[in-house]
Amino acid sequence: MKSFVSVVAVAAAALLASTSVHAADVEVVHWWTSGGEQAAVSVFAQEFDATGDHWVDGAIALGETARATIMQRALGGDPPDAAQFNPGRQYEELIAAGLLLDLTPLAEKEGWDKIIRPDSLKAPCQIDGKWWCVPVNLHLQNWAWASIPAFTKAGLEVPTDWDTYLADLPKLKEAGVIPFAVGGDGGGWQISLLANQLILSQLGAASVEKIWKDKDLDLAGGPEVLKAFTTLKTLGEYADDGSPNRSWADTASLVIKGDAALQVMGDWAQGEFQVAGQKPGVDYACLLGPLSPDPQNVRGGGDIFVFFKQGDPDVERAQLSLASLMLSPAVQAKFNTAKGSAPVRDDVDMSLANDCMKKALTVLAKPGALVPDQNIWRNEAFATAQNAIFSDLIYNKATTPESAQAQFVELLKNAE
Amino acid sequence: MSVATANSSGVEPSGPKPRRVTPGRIGIYAFLIMAAIFFLLPLAVMILTSMKSMNEIRGGNIFALPAQPTLDYWIKAWSSACTGVTCNGLAPGFFNSVKITVLAVPISIILSMINGYALSFWRFRGSELMFGLLVFGAFVPFQVLVYPIIFGLSRVGLFGTLPGIVIVHSVFGMPILTLLFRNFFASLPAELFKAARVDGAGFWRIFFSVMLPMSVPIAIVAVILQVTGIWNDFIFGLVFAGRENLPMTVQLNNIVRTSTGTVEYSTNMAATILTGAVPLIVYFVSGKWFVRGIAAGAVKG
Amino acid sequence: MTTITASERALSEGQLKSRANRRRLLSKLPAIIGTIPMMIVAIGVFVIGIGFTIVLSFTNVKFFLINIDFVGLKQYDILWSTARWVESVKHIWFYGFGHIALCLVGGFLLAVFMDQRIKAEDAFRTIFLYPFALSAVITGLVWQLMLDPIWGLQAYVRSLGFSDFTFAPLADGNTALLGMIVASSWNGVGVTMAILLAGLRGVDEEIWKAARIDGIPTWRTYISIVIPMMRGAVATALVLLVVNVVRTFDIVIAMTGGGPGISTQMPATYVIDSINSRNVGQGMAAATIMLLPIAMLILIQFFFRWRASLKGRTT
Repeated sequence: MKSFVSVVAVAAAALLASTSVHAADVEVVHWWTSGGEQAAVSVFAQEFDATGDHWVDGAIALGETARATIMQRALGGDPPDAAQFNPGRQYEELIAAGLLLDLTPLAEKEGWDKIIRPDSLKAPCQIDGKWWCVPVNLHLQNWAWASIPAFTKAGLEVPTDWDTYLADLPKLKEAGVIPFAVGGDGGGWQISLLANQLILSQLGAASVEKIWKDKDLDLAGGPEVLKAFTTLKTLGEYADDGSPNRSWADTASLVIKGDAALQVMGDWAQGEFQVAGQKPGVDYACLLGPLSPDPQNVRGGGDIFVFFKQGDPDVERAQLSLASLMLSPAVQAKFNTAKGSAPVRDDVDMSLANDCMKKALTVLAKPGALVPDQNIWRNEAFATAQNAIFSDLIYNKATTPESAQAQFVELLKNAE
Repeated sequence: MSVATANSSGVEPSGPKPRRVTPGRIGIYAFLIMAAIFFLLPLAVMILTSMKSMNEIRGGNIFALPAQPTLDYWIKAWSSACTGVTCNGLAPGFFNSVKITVLAVPISIILSMINGYALSFWRFRGSELMFGLLVFGAFVPFQVLVYPIIFGLSRVGLFGTLPGIVIVHSVFGMPILTLLFRNFFASLPAELFKAARVDGAGFWRIFFSVMLPMSVPIAIVAVILQVTGIWNDFIFGLVFAGRENLPMTVQLNNIVRTSTGTVEYSTNMAATILTGAVPLIVYFVSGKWFVRGIAAGAVKG
Repeated sequence: MTTITASERALSEGQLKSRANRRRLLSKLPAIIGTIPMMIVAIGVFVIGIGFTIVLSFTNVKFFLINIDFVGLKQYDILWSTARWVESVKHIWFYGFGHIALCLVGGFLLAVFMDQRIKAEDAFRTIFLYPFALSAVITGLVWQLMLDPIWGLQAYVRSLGFSDFTFAPLADGNTALLGMIVASSWNGVGVTMAILLAGLRGVDEEIWKAARIDGIPTWRTYISIVIPMMRGAVATALVLLVVNVVRTFDIVIAMTGGGPGISTQMPATYVIDSINSRNVGQGMAAATIMLLPIAMLILIQFFFRWRASLKGRTT
């Protein structure tokens, strides 16, 4: 029945496209370029092409580069039709400059306010009562991915907490395994992500909010944060020589091959394990928290799409049609299964989700379990500077946890 | 320019006269040959690596000769290597670079030639000041001007377009080329110009019938300078060209940065050679002219 | 009737002069028109562009020119309290000094050896200079492979039996800049050699004869007589090297992306990253600082000109 309805809808849309309106190309800029991500983005592309309009793929590797390109094109008066961002402050200037298509009429018609949950997903798109973007997924970032064969090789069990893992590091190294896998490309966003999750895992959700939202300089400069910085430094000492300029996907492939023991990365890494045909619990272990025995929180980031005003009614119709399609239950299910992320609405059939995802969804169901990531509170300039501080700490022998912490406090103090 | 002329062949080496084979002579050649090996090694590595499969690279070392030489990676780099999800290889970048170069080289050279001619024979109030400001521009790091130019080009709707990147190259090529042509025209005998003036010829007639034909050699130097300079540009292409016009160097970097699990050095090095092929060919063909161009360009202080 | 009063004569002379002026101006008009592009570039791009950059460095501009406030020197305060910038400045000094020293010394040695009436001079010159035809991106990518610990020189030497051999400068924050100096010098030594060789051949043959007659050893002739005589070529090479060092960007992107950590970040990458992360005010402050070395070079040049003009007056 369901499929029949969707066939009719597609046919009707195609008919509509061929008679009363012209099909339009919609150029979409995003940074989903790894194998798992491409599988997910092609769901959007295929479903959209089936409506009669055409998805023009504008993939640009690395989020930092993609966002910079989008912004430069916007400044130059030639923005793409749709563009990916992380929810939060990355696109606040586009709204202020009046460059974005107001999605409020569509959102009201489709009742986005009611179907999108939890509320923290709506807030970044619904600003001053108007809708400016479409949230497409909820990515859970506080994961560690461990290679079970790598730990077995060293005669170890996969650890469930940080202290055990830190004690395992030398043994892993002796066994000829890269004890800790991390990559430093794009200025060090992977290391920032690691630092963020580590502080969540060791200090808890309330501290995360105090540091990144309220700019609590005493807490940021205090002994607990210092301990997390020290852990970071230790982890850095167990990374391999190839680490400094490596992408997250290449790093994940080291864990997939069993060359490296463990990587801290968001759930998008799971897409890579899936593409490689690996099974959770057999080939790899997913450790929420990351590495917390009893995780209380999930760290939620995600992706949203904004649509630029183009002044062409055909394009605008196609843009709105894409926005609507991205949120539809069927597309949400397919896309998020491929992407390894959670859907943005409840009425989505996630029976295909694997054990890792189910574990996260259980925690997510608890009230107040979702902690937003820093992009909600801080802008891209902050993120870039923070990346530099954390990657300096990890890769520069001379940088001490203390001096990195002092830099971090200074950055928070100046943050807007 | 004195450096450039002195550098052309025909001037005798001035070092002490060689005696027969002495330990000193052997030392000289040993030093030079060792230096030559150092300079050639990266080129050898580039070529060797591009002709080996990744398995062979894993098994051997970077200096080993390929057991089964293959050009597959050259073909892949040219036509099917991926940047992001598009897998069209370097070819689009090559044609973009050709377009940019073909447009920007003549424009920058003609404009600079007129500048140099006017600055040598038709000085007017403020012309030297303009020239001073222009030469100052040759020293300014590009990054200082990146944002103002993004802003300016976007105001006129040329940001991220082919005309936009051509304009940027013409602007930044102008200081050094103007200097080159000014020095060249200044070295011509003044009588040449005066005679044409007496004949009643004006600015443009003297330029087209006297100066242009005479400046062919220096124009060749300028062409070499600009072709290699524009072809090798990275940052302007990165910032100003726009997605449709990304030059080969940017495409090369994107291909190398896009990876699927492991770094594929065979393809990367094949792509590197292909990108370097044009300036290398210009270099090997032009030989002495190239050296002259560098020296001429170097005298910009 | 034939006599012309003085006043009349003055008038007609004045008329003549103004007519001549007008004619001269008219004849120069095409020159002025022909150089309009130059004026647009000199003033419209360089002067106004630099002014724009400097003005924006005193504002909180993010990316679009909206909601701008003047914030005084705040961007500079933040700049100098940011470790990444302070490190970048240290890096450019270290890298610049290393690169320039290596190019000058290497270039001079090569030039001296090339100047010994050797055979196959053209072949050697071709080999030493070809890297300069290649872009910094290519230079960076090739040397990144050469210096890669798993694939490059380290692996090669280890495969020869020296299993403890360690040579992976790019993997370590302390040595990454050294790797970059090697790569950029590979690219730049040849040009320095070409310029210095030209300078060397500009030195009069008589000097050599005289030195030989006086029995001065060759190396001393080079150091105390020839080098001072070719200071023009040295200055040329130096200026070229300094200008290129200040704008170092491409090779960083191709070789290390600024890493490990921030150990190969440069002022130029800081400016571009600030613009890309929509922190234009901060980037413009950094860009303004990047102008200082160039301003210094120009001041030095003015000083020498001024001194030369003083000398010219006394003789």
